[in-house]
Amino acid sequence: MSKAVLTGTHYMTGDEACAEGALAAGCRFFGGYPITPATEVAEHMSERLPGVGGVFIQMEDEIAAIGSVLGASWGGVKSMTATSGPGFSLMMENLGLGLVTETPCVIVNVQRGGPSTGLPTQGAQADMMQARWGSHGDYEIIALAPSSPQEIFHLTITAFNLSETYRLPVLIMTDEIVGHMSEKVTIPDEKTIVTVNRKAPKGRKDRFKLYQPGEDGVAPMPAAGDGYNVHVTGLTHDERGYPVMTVDAQREMMNRITGKIHKNLSHILLNERFMLDDADYVIVSYGVSSRTSYAAVEELRAMGIRAGLFRLITVWPFPGNAVKELAERVKGFVTVEINLGQIHLEVERHVAGKTAVKLVGHTGGTIIPPEDVVAAVKDISGKGV
Amino acid sequence: MTGKKKQTDITPAHPLDDLIRTDRIPHIWCPGCGIGTAFSACLSAIKRSCENLNNVSMVSGIGCSGRAAGYIKLDSFHTTHGRAIPFATGLKLAKPDMNVIVFSGDGDLFAIGGNHFIHAARRNMDLTVICVNNLNYGMTGGQAAATTPHKAKTTTSISGNPEDPFNLPLLAYAAGATYVARWTILHTRDLTESISEALSRKGFSFIEVLAPCPINYGRRNKEKSLDSLKLYQEKSIIKNGADPASVDLDFQNGIVLGTFVNRDKPTFYEKYKMINGLD
Repeated sequence: MSKAVLTGTHYMTGDEACAEGALAAGCRFFGGYPITPATEVAEHMSERLPGVGGVFIQMEDEIAAIGSVLGASWGGVKSMTATSGPGFSLMMENLGLGLVTETPCVIVNVQRGGPSTGLPTQGAQADMMQARWGSHGDYEIIALAPSSPQEIFHLTITAFNLSETYRLPVLIMTDEIVGHMSEKVTIPDEKTIVTVNRKAPKGRKDRFKLYQPGEDGVAPMPAAGDGYNVHVTGLTHDERGYPVMTVDAQREMMNRITGKIHKNLSHILLNERFMLDDADYVIVSYGVSSRTSYAAVEELRAMGIRAGLFRLITVWPFPGNAVKELAERVKGFVTVEINLGQIHLEVERHVAGKTAVKLVGHTGGTIIPPEDVVAAVKDISGKGV
Repeated sequence: MTGKKKQTDITPAHPLDDLIRTDRIPHIWCPGCGIGTAFSACLSAIKRSCENLNNVSMVSGIGCSGRAAGYIKLDSFHTTHGRAIPFATGLKLAKPDMNVIVFSGDGDLFAIGGNHFIHAARRNMDLTVICVNNLNYGMTGGQAAATTPHKAKTTTSISGNPEDPFNLPLLAYAAGATYVARWTILHTRDLTESISEALSRKGFSFIEVLAPCPINYGRRNKEKSLDSLKLYQEKSIIKNGADPASVDLDFQNGIVLGTFVNRDKPTFYEKYKMINGLD
């Protein structure tokens, strides 16, 4: 057996760091399908998993890849897949199955320019609304946005921990730029890495209810073969997991799958506040775009404009209350993202006209230069460009 | 005190009740439907072949046959349309010693899920795939499927189906399945034995079960449930070892049944371990 946790300092790409983070989190099944720019995650997992007692399988398409991931998770194994835009689109139906059957797993989207085949080798952040609403029906989802190979390593562990804690698929919404960049990645000692496993059921097996939540809103989850005779269905179901086609059953199930997220927001919402305490202008950004935003904050501060960065690490659920609170005291918001305004819609919605908002975005293929962010902040601050 | 006996006290237990979620009965299958018979054959085969029932699970897709997973009292998974096989693949690889049964319909397994079927067969994934072939999409009211005979009437081919159906055993064989059989629900004993055999062996096993759908298919093709059974009785030719290329379904001249393929090949997981130098 080789080591699951490669403690030490490495020079690796974001995609490789994602795979290493998964292994450190305890992921032992990967169902993949090649797609630029996420292929390297699959390649790395295919090389590493056999050595740590795991299974890698290259499925026939992305629909099958996520299908196999859900099946493996019900077999009690932490499971993951990685893809990009077109594959992410194909995964949407089974993402819904994972949400409604409350199946822990991690889905990585290394975003590229879209729509359709788009810009396979160039980055974008234009699948952010798809991450939130891509599968049909109402639901809550958790999506994390890492901004560097080092962060993708840690956030992949976090993604597994959140998925196991709250029994749902967790999305890692990275992008081609972070996925393909090589940087220093420090992997800590195995003993210092906190990993979470799904809550196991207790008590009599014949009285067990698959979807009877505990106080945290989350139900314990057995694996197939544990003797609980579970029934798992994508149909609307009751606490036993049995299909029930009623308005009440639908409401109760929906309240459960959304409520467990609403109840635990303080644990789920991760973000970084950079020079935000005294800021007049808030830059809201995430992933690779947040990296150019740091430079903009510093440049603006040097000019005497009090700018700060609100970096979203958890993008979904969106930290609406934090934005609302900031909107009470600041003079303007600038959203920085590589799309035509997706998270910006959330910023606008929560600022609700209380102060100025502006988008710095473009149609994809490259990063957003700091000077564009500086210009936008200067623009809303009335100091001109 | 004598007291009235409850209804449940005087109802004799069915010998398969311990494998059924009796609290979910009545089931949704129509009168005259053949799925129940195929399902009971599967349950009987499980009883016969599987010692540890905790180590058996059923995965279904969507459709009438896909509801089987909801009635079996084992770990059971009712997944998305066409995707039972990928789900079962992941489950099997997480639990390599588990007997994983895929029980679904022809529309689910061979139209929307056709790609997954051929790839699981090619990999020789150790699954037992049972396809109830009722020649149409029953759940949605009787539309043409990839198995609907040429000229047959359905709600999406009211003047007759312009397409030809798949020969499922040939497809399974060509894709690499190591066990291929076809029976009808009239041949329950053979069917049960066949499923039992499939459950006891390793590798990708495929069993096609012809079953009537009187409400949605039969009604439009002048075929009542008993007519279908008569057809199965009169036109069936049992020909074990028949060349899969010769077993196109022909309801006029003869329906070839039997075990067509039974060959040994290493499974995906065996090959995975071998290639990676494990155990």
